Amino acid sequence: MEPISGIPAIVAMALKNLGIFTLVILVVAYATYAERRVSAFIQDRRGPNRVGPFGLLQPIADGIKNILKEETLPGTASRFFFILAPILVLVPSLVTFAVIPIAAPLPTRWGVVDMIIADVPIGILYVLAFSSLAVYGVVLGGWASNNKYAFLGGLRASAQMVSYEVALGLSLIAVLMLAGNVTLTEMVWQQQQLGMWFAFPLSLAFILFVISAFAETNRLPFDMPEAESELVTGYHTEYSAMKFSAFMISEFGHMVTASALMATIFLGGWDLPGTWDNAFWYNGQLISGFAENGTPIAAQPAVWKTLLTFGGFAAKTGFFLLVYIWIRWTLPRFRYDQVMALGWKVMLPTSLGYVMLVAMTILVLDELGVQYGFLFGLVLTAVSGAATLSFMFFLDRGRTIAGAGAQRTQKVEVKTTPTAVVSGRAEPAPAGD
Amino acid sequence: MHRPEPESTSYLRAALSGMALTFKHMVNPTKVTQQYPEEMTDLSPRWRGTHVMEQHADGRPKCVACGLCPTVCPANCIRLVGGEDDQGNRYPIVYEIDEFRCIFCGMCQEVCPVEAIHVGRHFENAEYTRDRFVYDLDRLMEQDHPSTLLWDPSDPSSE
Repeated sequence: MEPISGIPAIVAMALKNLGIFTLVILVVAYATYAERRVSAFIQDRRGPNRVGPFGLLQPIADGIKNILKEETLPGTASRFFFILAPILVLVPSLVTFAVIPIAAPLPTRWGVVDMIIADVPIGILYVLAFSSLAVYGVVLGGWASNNKYAFLGGLRASAQMVSYEVALGLSLIAVLMLAGNVTLTEMVWQQQQLGMWFAFPLSLAFILFVISAFAETNRLPFDMPEAESELVTGYHTEYSAMKFSAFMISEFGHMVTASALMATIFLGGWDLPGTWDNAFWYNGQLISGFAENGTPIAAQPAVWKTLLTFGGFAAKTGFFLLVYIWIRWTLPRFRYDQVMALGWKVMLPTSLGYVMLVAMTILVLDELGVQYGFLFGLVLTAVSGAATLSFMFFLDRGRTIAGAGAQRTQKVEVKTTPTAVVSGRAEPAPAGD
Repeated sequence: MHRPEPESTSYLRAALSGMALTFKHMVNPTKVTQQYPEEMTDLSPRWRGTHVMEQHADGRPKCVACGLCPTVCPANCIRLVGGEDDQGNRYPIVYEIDEFRCIFCGMCQEVCPVEAIHVGRHFENAEYTRDRFVYDLDRLMEQDHPSTLLWDPSDPSSE
């Protein structure tokens, strides 16, 4: 099968753009609905069920409401940046989806269509670049509002996102070493070749990535930037109507993208168990694997395969979205110093050590001549499993990070203030001053 | 306050058991929400709501314009102007209750010597304008909801 080319390729690209963008926006809209419904179910309530059947038209009603609401502009806000900030947040959260493959290649009369908008060679770097860009919008929004709570929210957002980006990137390095490439299509292919999804041979990287992704998307338990009890609603305190909605859409957009990314990197993306759906462009040829002597086997793309793999991808992404919501309505918010301690004292050293461990394991396996395949994956699974267990052991029971209760046993050195200074401070102002 | 011992508490286990708990509630089909317009709430037997004016079989109000209810009313929401007909029977010319000012204490019902005014088992008095909340005599007589259950006509003072 030949890849699609010429005018049909342009048409296919336009259709893919339109389709995937619409899909992402729809998923974002229904993620807000799912959030409200699931949170209601968790709290034994019913949630929105009035607009349409089961309340399914609620996101549309919310959208209409937000568009019709009055746009307020604080008098002391910096007008240009105040309007720019929601745009800067919204765009990166939506464009990131362009490099995520959503299904197996689709055969058409004019050639095979890849189910990905842009299979760029920089793949995951593009995702990292755009996800870091979102922090500018948050900080800018907080600063331009000219509101102390919004500004504190923006500052917290920048500190938190920068801290966790380090752990996020380092946990990805383990994946890159195993996959040997940064494009997401190749990552899916490597997971198909390994015979198992990267969540197993790189279990600790998976856990670190999930935690960092929660922090990056500013979701509970890491929603420091909009901690309601402390900062009103943080960086978007002053925003109303559609500009506020843009911040919400971007938050959910980040959630959807992060879920899709976790599904792609660690749960095989659109890959389903078995080798029947494997497909990869190898020297201009769509192959499903290699024979014993190294000759590539041509893949047989089919419409039902595309649909089925898309279903698998949607299920995995949906699972992560559910986990996002589920965790939000279970765990309380971290304290700010705990967030920083977890990021710098736990996540960073752990991910660094884990990169070393994975590198050594891969090197030893290569030296021993173990072929990249199921056995390779099993050994890595065992090593990673041990690393994960020891990580859990040290993270648990307040050894590295603890709640308020653990602080009792910590020794607090009380500095004795020299009495002279105290009396000097308490001295009344000289008369006649 | 009980605080967990730092060395004996497992944070991961606590988090996981919390997740299990929320999951159990998520899949549990029994919900506490009352679907209000379809599913009416159970009113207390002593519920005191919108007033009802009792009437005779010929449609005259039972009120004798004695003036006790405007006197006893703590919110001063009853306006009464009494009159007298040819036979010397007293009747209300104007009888208005401002349901906005009313605090639904039920003292008008308790003080009424002829059991004419009652508070009823009804609470949905939404209106589009504020002046619609001043109920005149005709409107009070039109109210067809039952009066509060704790009130027994044969034993008005609950003795």
